[in-house]
Amino acid sequence: MTKVFATIGQTVLALIASIGRVSIFIGQTLRHLVAPPFYIREFTTQLVQIGWLSLPVVGLTAFFTGSALALQIYAGGARFNAEAVVPSIVAIGMVRELGPVLGGLMVAARVASSIAAEIGTMKVTEQIDALVTLSTNPMKYLTLPRVLAATLAVPCLVAVGDAIGILGGYLVGVNRLDFNAAAYLINTVNFLEAGDVLSGLVKGAAFGFIVATMGCYAGMNSGRGAQGVGRATKSAVVSSSVLILAANYILTEVFFSA
Amino acid sequence: MITLENVHKSFGSNAVLRGVNLSIPRGKSLVIIGGSGTGKSVALKCVLGLIRPDSGKITVDGQDVRTAEREAFLARFGMLFQGGALFDSMPVWQNVAFRLLRGSLKRPKSEARDIAIEKLRRVGLKPDVADKFPGELSGGMQKRVGLARAIAAEPEIIFFDEPTTGLDPIMSGVINDLIREIVVEMGATAMTITHDMTSVRAIADDVAMLHEGVIKWTGPVADMDTSGDPYLDQFIHGRATGPIEAVR
Repeated sequence: MTKVFATIGQTVLALIASIGRVSIFIGQTLRHLVAPPFYIREFTTQLVQIGWLSLPVVGLTAFFTGSALALQIYAGGARFNAEAVVPSIVAIGMVRELGPVLGGLMVAARVASSIAAEIGTMKVTEQIDALVTLSTNPMKYLTLPRVLAATLAVPCLVAVGDAIGILGGYLVGVNRLDFNAAAYLINTVNFLEAGDVLSGLVKGAAFGFIVATMGCYAGMNSGRGAQGVGRATKSAVVSSSVLILAANYILTEVFFSA
Repeated sequence: MITLENVHKSFGSNAVLRGVNLSIPRGKSLVIIGGSGTGKSVALKCVLGLIRPDSGKITVDGQDVRTAEREAFLARFGMLFQGGALFDSMPVWQNVAFRLLRGSLKRPKSEARDIAIEKLRRVGLKPDVADKFPGELSGGMQKRVGLARAIAAEPEIIFFDEPTTGLDPIMSGVINDLIREIVVEMGATAMTITHDMTSVRAIADDVAMLHEGVIKWTGPVADMDTSGDPYLDQFIHGRATGPIEAVR
């Protein structure tokens, strides 16, 4: 029995210690926001890497999700003669929840893993130490540009993903479910409010911040060798995915609880 | 002048440095020798501030490394890493000119590139290497690029971490000669860690032997063969038997 309590205690302590370490890491990163030099080129490179190059995967995810959502809502709505809600529910579902959450998870898979593997490899091959000896702070040069770029790029990805998801629903609605094209669009626009879109974009910014922070944190704390980098990559993807889902619940409570 | 006074460093229960005392006069080349895992790299990284010692004092020209302003302090150093530690996301010339492209030593891009090509030439590499990526180069060429990067900003102090590890004997000789020439030419203070005795004889003015976390012997390279120190004798002759345990 004592062992059980000891194990629970150790796990809780380890979790609190991890939260503390990540918090310190975030503090160290954000401190560099206000102190020059600023590495603009690194920032723009990361905007392209994280934002532009994630567009295909986020777009495809959104398209198929929007399409499937239209079919599901139609089938569900048919049980109580509410097939007409398809356009509005697809729009609200995509913009409030599925766009940001699935987009965030896809970015976590693509970006957190690549950031953790890149920085982890730099650490085990002494490139991080080399940066320090070349009078360059690794937090300022590597971490801050990635965190900033992801925080700004993911809301843009979410916005594009929302539009593509709604388009997917529209194509299924018009071509498979025999909706009138004009009526579908009018229903979509009429039921969607600015607050719905805004909440999704804020979620996107939060998820981008989580993805880049956890990727950088795992990379900077990577163990030695290929196994160490592998563990760092896995930890970055798992932790950022779980944190995205947890943050999504908290933000949904903040935005939509009565 | 670099001095280490009674420097201790442990990792968990593993005491790596147990009171290291060492001084390197300005313009001299000191080589620290010792077996693998004896703390040579840790000592070097403590001087650079990459690792914080548990106790003791490290000064460079009288200035405590812990209280020095970091950027100005590090601007005095150049370092050649064991594996090169080149940034594989950028071409060779940007690696060499890294310090000249950002921060307080920033120069116009074309001037930084010219300096990089000149430093590459100094280490025996042709200008066409400048636009290649580190992954396209052999181990020996990567070491030379690392050396060019270390000397690009004309540092007063240069550290070499196992400069010949992984190289064939001829390339090792080339790197050793380059290091010696460059250190003499620049009048730099040099600190090298190695267990390659050919390197020691080619590079060193003075030698220090680190064993079990302390300096067992230190003196001019010319006195190394006649020191009478059993630890040093066993190490420089590569004997399996002696006071140093072969199985560590």
